[in-house]
Amino acid sequence: MAEIALTAMAHSYEKEPAGPEDYAIRQLDHVWEKGGAYALLGPSGCGKSTMLNIISGLLAPSEGQVLFDGKPVNHLSPRERNIAQVFQFPVVYDSMTVFDNLAFPLRNSGLPKAKIRERVNEIAEVLELEPLLHRKARNLTADEKQKVSMGRGLVREDVSAILFDEPLTVIDPQLKWKLRRKLKQIHEQFDITMIYVTHDQLEASTFADRIAVMYEGRIVQFGTPTELFENPNHTFVGFFIGSPGMNLIDVTRCPGGVQFGNTRFPLSEGVMKRLAETGSDNLRLGIRPEFIELTEPNPDSCPAIVEDVEDLGTYQILTAQLEGQGLKVRLSEDIQVERKQVVHLHFPARWLKLYVDEFLVEASP
Amino acid sequence: MAIRERSRSKGLGITVFIILLLTPIYWLLNMSFKTNREILSGLTLWPQNFTFDNYVVIFTDSSWYSGYINSMTYVLMNMTITLTVALPAAYAFSRYRFLGDKHLFFWLLSNRMAPPAVFLLPFFQLYSSIGLFDTHIAVALAHCLFNVPLAVWILEGFMSGVPREYDEMAYIDGYSFPRFFVKIFMPMIRSGIGVTAFFIFMFSWVELLLARTLTSVDAQPIAAIMTRTIGASGIDWGVLSAAGVLTILPGVLVVWFVRNHVARGFALGRV
Amino acid sequence: MRKVPDNRAWWLVLPVLLLVAFSALVPLMTVVNYSVQDIFGPGNAYYVGTEWFRDVLRDERLQASLLRQFGFSAAVLAIEIPLGIGIALMMPKGGIRASLCLILLAIPLLIPWNVVGTIWQIFARGDIGLFGWGLNQLGFNYNYTGDPVDAWLTVLLMDVWHWTPLVALLCYSGLRAIPEAFYQAAEIDRASRWAVFRYIQLPRLKNVLVIAVLLRFMDSFMIYTEPFVLTGGGPGSSTTFLSQTLTTMAVGQFDLGRAAAFSLVYFLIVLLVSWLFFTAITHMDKER
Repeated sequence: MAEIALTAMAHSYEKEPAGPEDYAIRQLDHVWEKGGAYALLGPSGCGKSTMLNIISGLLAPSEGQVLFDGKPVNHLSPRERNIAQVFQFPVVYDSMTVFDNLAFPLRNSGLPKAKIRERVNEIAEVLELEPLLHRKARNLTADEKQKVSMGRGLVREDVSAILFDEPLTVIDPQLKWKLRRKLKQIHEQFDITMIYVTHDQLEASTFADRIAVMYEGRIVQFGTPTELFENPNHTFVGFFIGSPGMNLIDVTRCPGGVQFGNTRFPLSEGVMKRLAETGSDNLRLGIRPEFIELTEPNPDSCPAIVEDVEDLGTYQILTAQLEGQGLKVRLSEDIQVERKQVVHLHFPARWLKLYVDEFLVEASP
Repeated sequence: MAIRERSRSKGLGITVFIILLLTPIYWLLNMSFKTNREILSGLTLWPQNFTFDNYVVIFTDSSWYSGYINSMTYVLMNMTITLTVALPAAYAFSRYRFLGDKHLFFWLLSNRMAPPAVFLLPFFQLYSSIGLFDTHIAVALAHCLFNVPLAVWILEGFMSGVPREYDEMAYIDGYSFPRFFVKIFMPMIRSGIGVTAFFIFMFSWVELLLARTLTSVDAQPIAAIMTRTIGASGIDWGVLSAAGVLTILPGVLVVWFVRNHVARGFALGRV
Repeated sequence: MRKVPDNRAWWLVLPVLLLVAFSALVPLMTVVNYSVQDIFGPGNAYYVGTEWFRDVLRDERLQASLLRQFGFSAAVLAIEIPLGIGIALMMPKGGIRASLCLILLAIPLLIPWNVVGTIWQIFARGDIGLFGWGLNQLGFNYNYTGDPVDAWLTVLLMDVWHWTPLVALLCYSGLRAIPEAFYQAAEIDRASRWAVFRYIQLPRLKNVLVIAVLLRFMDSFMIYTEPFVLTGGGPGSSTTFLSQTLTTMAVGQFDLGRAAAFSLVYFLIVLLVSWLFFTAITHMDKER
């Protein structure tokens, strides 16, 4: 087990990167603490698999350093880093039996036979692979193969960390949920550093204690699922986390706050002070659909026309027009709303987030 | 670190092997530019008196260069015949189950296992009796013995890689079978056809035993003419080397065209 | 591939059938016919039953030649298969250098077989050949035209030179078909270089190795032109293999009945051994 730190690390697949666009990972510093369960969340192409391969050592970063417990490991192979990784698509050694597949990493480390058998049986039990142990890996179904793949990642006890690269892609939903729980249990049981790459926020938040959200080669926010939900650091996090994502409205400055059209949003003094410090006019105001409230008409409320109502079973999603700006509002099931109806929206000040150049502006503490 | 060292020693290994592989060919090339006097007067690593005379002999004597023309003629004939019959057959094997299909396929392949020496005499008699002895077509037909099974085998491998859905789509779009086969299917497996053509060329070009037996004067292949360099005054090493070099060139030319598919072709389209 | 049952497919294979029947079946029938007759001239033949076959199987010259042939084929397989795998493992994975390697490796395969003989005839000579001259300079008493062992080794070396590239190219295409993910997984699983070879590369090379072993066995078993040009079968009969014995018998001595019987025995041996290889390899896989 190890603490994994990335310092001034950047990676480009180009030999001579011309600008920041050529980087799959732009320069960043990050620390994955010992024994944590982390998720690396982002859309495809954001650099999360690249990051994982750099940590495991399959890829050498073009700039910066990777440190395991403070020691630079840039030039060490995955073997020397003693790291386990599970890939997106199952890789099984198909000439071997399931047992031999699971035993393979242990044999390579030269463990005694009895110990190997014990360990393989333990992991096979956790992953419910026992009945398959003596079958040829070639004849397994896709999700059985992926379980074997995962088993090979989990079977070694002494690893620095276990990395998962979207390991549940080929698994059907029922089993997905079960395996995710299994991983969580294994983490609690063995207390190994685990990093789990996914593009599914639900998967990330059920597995991880803390989630790193990646976007365009950067980690834009690193926090607990609640932090990501309540206080997105970046418009992308607001948009990507939650369903539907955060409402983001282009706004301009006005005395005491910001406005769009004739609607004004007053902001706290602290935020106004920070806003005055920046010169940028790329301002956006964000609020999550969950936090917009329907009220009786009052001086602070804004009238909007309901365009569409989607009933999603336990809740409903309202699409409303406010001065030409579409807004999503999440309502509980029992409120009756019709299309074309005029509703009055209230935006609680504590949930209004101001983004300058896509990054959150907060009052300095 | 360790990986880089390993790849460097790999690079060294393959370079050494290729150098060893090319040395005998270099030696032939070296000899072809030497005069016989230089060849016989002692060992030199490169030609001291560089000369094209040996090549001039070949290009000015019709009994020499007609050998190349003969070889080329029957190789091209064989290529045409083989591809024409093998394409539909390979399609049938890759798409349909029919009575005796497996037996037929293995029988075809077993012909690839027949030693040409076994067929030497019967071939000679067969082609003599139907008046084809010493013609290009006789050699082209004889070479079908091993080239047709091989071509069917390779093409079948490539065709099996094309999903059936394409065929069905074409029928729905109203294509007739011949039109579909030529206009749609063949372009889709053109790399496979290229590789097959390469193999047909190769095996027909390098074969001598049958080609020599079935010809005497008019259709004699270059390989057989080369034995003539053994004259009264011993072997004319220079001309023999030059003739040898010239037999290597067509192959190198052909392999250049299929270089990107040759690896897959060598696995008979089955990887 | 899902195949549709349709007997009309016979029309598509008919041309092949006719062509191969013409160029294989008719001659083969002739051979069978000869093998049971004693022929003194046109229209002057007697049915002799299995006499030629018994004769051929008892012939010591043929037995010796068969033994030499098996020894040669075994040596060819023992050297070329491992060497070919080794070469394939060393080849670059892609790009211009890989293309260059492929083309250079393919060259020996594209040389007419008699020219292969010629090249080595020149290359191995003690006076004008680099190889023979070099060996003599190093103090070996090497002379392939005089010494049977030297001659045999030279033919073997020539075959290794000629055909190892085929094995290498086959294996190379097999190796290229292994997805990169397997190597990554093996690296993560801390597999040694040997374990990667043994458990990942070798199992996936099986199919191409079957082809390589079969092709090399069949072709080495039928070898004729190269040793004929290089050594003419000598000195003595040290490099006289089956095809040459047969050709001498049929064309040289015009001993038709015996040659025909011999042909059939020869063909059956190739078929039998090929079949044995094939079933052995595929069976081995099912067992484990």
